[in-house]
Amino acid sequence: MFAPFMMNAWIVATMVAVVAGVVGFFVVMRGSAFVADAVPQGAFAGAAGASLIGVSTLVGLSVFALAGALGIGWLGRRGRHDVATALTLVLMLGLGALFLSFTTQYSSEIFALLFGEILGINSGEILPVAVLGLVCIAAIVVMYRPLLLSSLAPESGEARGVRAARMELLFLVVVAIATSMTLPVVGALLIFSLMIGPPAAARTLTSSPLRAMALSVVIAVALAWVSIAASYETDWPVGFFVGVGGAVCYAGGRGWATWSAARLPSAASRSAAA
Amino acid sequence: MTGLAQVLFAPGFFASPPVRLALLTGGVAAFVSGAVGAFTVLRGQSYAGHALADISVTGGSGSYLLGISPLLGFAGTGVLAAGVMDMIGIRRPRGRDLATGIVRGAGLGLAALFLFWDTTHTNTTGVAVTILFGSMFTISPAVVPLVIVCSLVALAIVAAAYRPLLLSSVSADLAAARGIPVRAVGFLCLIAIALAVSLSALTIGTILSTALLVGPAATALRITDRPGRATVTAALLGVAVTWLGIVLAYDSFTWPPRHDGWPVSFFVVALIFAGYLLAQLVSRRRPARRAAG
Repeated sequence: MFAPFMMNAWIVATMVAVVAGVVGFFVVMRGSAFVADAVPQGAFAGAAGASLIGVSTLVGLSVFALAGALGIGWLGRRGRHDVATALTLVLMLGLGALFLSFTTQYSSEIFALLFGEILGINSGEILPVAVLGLVCIAAIVVMYRPLLLSSLAPESGEARGVRAARMELLFLVVVAIATSMTLPVVGALLIFSLMIGPPAAARTLTSSPLRAMALSVVIAVALAWVSIAASYETDWPVGFFVGVGGAVCYAGGRGWATWSAARLPSAASRSAAA
Repeated sequence: MTGLAQVLFAPGFFASPPVRLALLTGGVAAFVSGAVGAFTVLRGQSYAGHALADISVTGGSGSYLLGISPLLGFAGTGVLAAGVMDMIGIRRPRGRDLATGIVRGAGLGLAALFLFWDTTHTNTTGVAVTILFGSMFTISPAVVPLVIVCSLVALAIVAAAYRPLLLSSVSADLAAARGIPVRAVGFLCLIAIALAVSLSALTIGTILSTALLVGPAATALRITDRPGRATVTAALLGVAVTWLGIVLAYDSFTWPPRHDGWPVSFFVVALIFAGYLLAQLVSRRRPARRAAG
């Protein structure tokens, strides 16, 4: 399990999980689950396009993820946000279907891009993933206060000069960068589980933002490690363990919150406020 | 006139049985999706529709393992997932999106496993592509009765629950005050969405069926404010883009780069997106003109 060819998988998955835990915390805080789900899935089409014209997958992913994030931001300003997200997503996926129909060798590659292929990571991919991860973390650190304010209380944020629309766009770009780095590892369909399950579970356990973010990183890393180990042992796709594990984390968090609320009346009011 | 028809419809278009079947099932699926989609958009449940579409991948891939019709798999898991979402769903929209996402993640995890088993145990390698991107021209005729039954159920739900559905979409509090069981109505609506999405999953694929659900409805709601008219417009728009997509896909068999045809799903999605942008431009200009004249 710790053979040299597996080391890349462990390193990359750990970086991915840390970033997913941090970015995911804000995804859950802002209630932007749909966007966090649409950007990766749409970016998948970029990977298909990149393999068609022969450039690096990471380039295709980044271009499509950024285009998707900006498209959602632009269309969402003029109409219903969820409709804008859905339409941007399906347009990108439609292009993906077109690109895929132009290439002949697809089935296994699609499967890897959609559901993750942890063993396919070579050591040349570590550096770009690390750089993108640092950019994400740095962006979140710089934006931490205004982002938190505009997520929790958009109105008072506006009053203090935090423009909600601009924050939303910046945040979408961060999600897009996080997506480009996570997609090749866990796959387009399940990044989202890593970004939603752990932070959602963390939020049911504590209401302090910093503690919740730290907890969400810990849970995300644990989930990623357990998934890789289980995938290695059973030979089943890593996406299965990440997806089901994310839901189990959330269910566990909610169960724990309900149980402790029943035990301690003061905890009930705290979890109701959160 | 015949010259124009020959340019539009490549030779043999109407004589080909797969095309006729695609026109029938695709049209029915688009009609149902459009009608149900109007409520999806009004209720702000595009995400639930998208998640139900993704989750039906689980049923689709499972159905190949069990050897049953994919439509049964799509619809079965869709209805099941709608139930789970309703069960853990929280009243606030934010909580609702989160619950939707959690269910979707778990469903897709299972889908990954089923697809893996499909390719390793049953030796059907193209399954992932067929489920995800649809197979308009390779639908088996045996599935038609099931398509009709699912469509009728979905349309019956929308027709029977039309008024309560509309009222609870506009204002849940008002509906509750009038004695409408808001939660039950919401659950019925989710089931109708699940059925509509399963039908389009069969034709343009699971990950693109959101397009038929949300696109025509959002366009129709840009054109008209009246819910009844929007429902009918959305259904007709859906049928129109699907048929046009099939015609274009059939024509594209002679197009570069592979002379093998472009996917129907691409044409349908591109037409839907173009229609939405067009309606947006028109609706933005209309009030200005009214104010001027």
